[in-house]
Amino acid sequence: MADDVTLGQLRAWVEGFQVLVAAHRGYLTDLDAAIGDADHGTNLDRGLTAVVTALRESPPGAVDELAKTVAMTLISTVGGASGPLYGTFFLRFATAAGPVTTLDVEALALALRAGVDGVVARGHAEPEDKTMVDALSPAITAFETAAADGAASACRAAVAAAEAGRDATTPLVARKGRASYLGERSAGHLDPGAASSALLVRALADAVAGA
Amino acid sequence: MKKLINDPDQVVADALVGIEAAYPGRLAVDHAHRVVHRADAPVRGKVGLVSGGGSGHEPLHAGFVGPGMLDAACAGEVFTSPTPDQVLAASRIVDGGAGVLHIVKNYTGDIMNFEMAAELLGAEGGPPVASVVTADDVAVQDSLYTAGRRGVGVTVLVEKIAGAAAAQGRGLADVAAVAARVADSGRSMGVALTSCTVPSAGRPTFDLPEDEMEIGIGIHGEPGRFRRPLGSAAEIAEQLVVPVTDDLDLTGAPVIALLNGMGATPLLELYVMYGEVARLLEARGVGVARTLVGNYITSLDMAGCSLTLLRADDELLGLWDAPVDTPGLRWGA
Repeated sequence: MADDVTLGQLRAWVEGFQVLVAAHRGYLTDLDAAIGDADHGTNLDRGLTAVVTALRESPPGAVDELAKTVAMTLISTVGGASGPLYGTFFLRFATAAGPVTTLDVEALALALRAGVDGVVARGHAEPEDKTMVDALSPAITAFETAAADGAASACRAAVAAAEAGRDATTPLVARKGRASYLGERSAGHLDPGAASSALLVRALADAVAGA
Repeated sequence: MKKLINDPDQVVADALVGIEAAYPGRLAVDHAHRVVHRADAPVRGKVGLVSGGGSGHEPLHAGFVGPGMLDAACAGEVFTSPTPDQVLAASRIVDGGAGVLHIVKNYTGDIMNFEMAAELLGAEGGPPVASVVTADDVAVQDSLYTAGRRGVGVTVLVEKIAGAAAAQGRGLADVAAVAARVADSGRSMGVALTSCTVPSAGRPTFDLPEDEMEIGIGIHGEPGRFRRPLGSAAEIAEQLVVPVTDDLDLTGAPVIALLNGMGATPLLELYVMYGEVARLLEARGVGVARTLVGNYITSLDMAGCSLTLLRADDELLGLWDAPVDTPGLRWGA
């Protein structure tokens, strides 16, 4: 199938996510400084740099192997809450995808849905708690809705939904994570987790479009 | 920033070298995973107790590793949760065949990292794991709309009492139940006179004017309930005792009291504070059976203190009195 997403594209997704996070490192950390503990960009950049090194040292032969390497590396290098959350996303993605070298659009949708459900289960966050879920949840729903039009279209729809969800976190009062202790004072700031999650979705769209 | 360090980024690694050097034959360190454990771990047939968290709260947790208390402690970066692979390594080290208890302070990162470790341990066919979460900081009022109350001083009491239960040879479910009972029966409230300074940040975490104090401070410098002009010890004691005793009925039971220093407050001042606390508790009909005054769960170089009160009973008092032999807490051994 011409529309299948390959192992190479999925690896490019992860590597592209690293490039985007490195480029936005200061931005993510500044967002976190306003309502958290000012380490989101630094921690995620450190973890993804380790991921890229790990993938170079032992190139994965299947999608589940790729995603599992990403997960275990993030879990052991990022720390805080972001490590387990992004780690869980890729761990569940790996299990759902299985030992294959391509994913058709339905299989990709299922793997992404499993990843997002994992983040929700790990963090116990609901929509509008001002977290990663506010970008990821609308993104996967948009992807599923547009899946019939092919992976590239589904990805574009997911990016638009993720970025709209990210921007909609600004007025919200945080109910999960460190920002929740600020109560009303957390309103008026973009959520750093939603911001990095939108980059994850954008990196997927870039990798799929670059086929 | 004036600190006794070599390199701000090496503070935790360097401290673990020092801990190992200070307690040869008693404590050992897995430097790759930053795990401090009993030198004789695993203790066969005993439930293994693992705790951990961000560094900067010493002696919690590594200073409470030893007979009668923890079997291992995972040291995260300063004020940053340890990662699941650290907790996994610690759990394997202390697995003596009777299961492992994780003692976790209620912070989002800590909860998730310990949860993942327990899942990974289960996936590899590891020992059964139970966990207890401490969430005793009454400063957090809207606990339904936040990540919940923070785990602070009661963690020290959980580690001591659950450690004693494990040392008696009790099973995992029993030790976990004792730990949960302690966690549920303790409440805390803290006050800061100055901010702490995280080594890698190099500047104070928050600004607090010379003549003000923050009531309800968290052990990472999280904002409290409110700021007030600095009061006398008697006035500050009241600001700590009232919210704790309002939250938990402590009358008619033996109480264990912990008056804890935040790191930069002299013991002399902690004794002044405890005198005021004791007077207020007596006036409220609260009977203190055991007292601990000193630096047990600190916040780097923050000045200030916290009060933890635990509603105990004869069983918990007996476990409290049992021998303990750790760098941070030692009696009867």
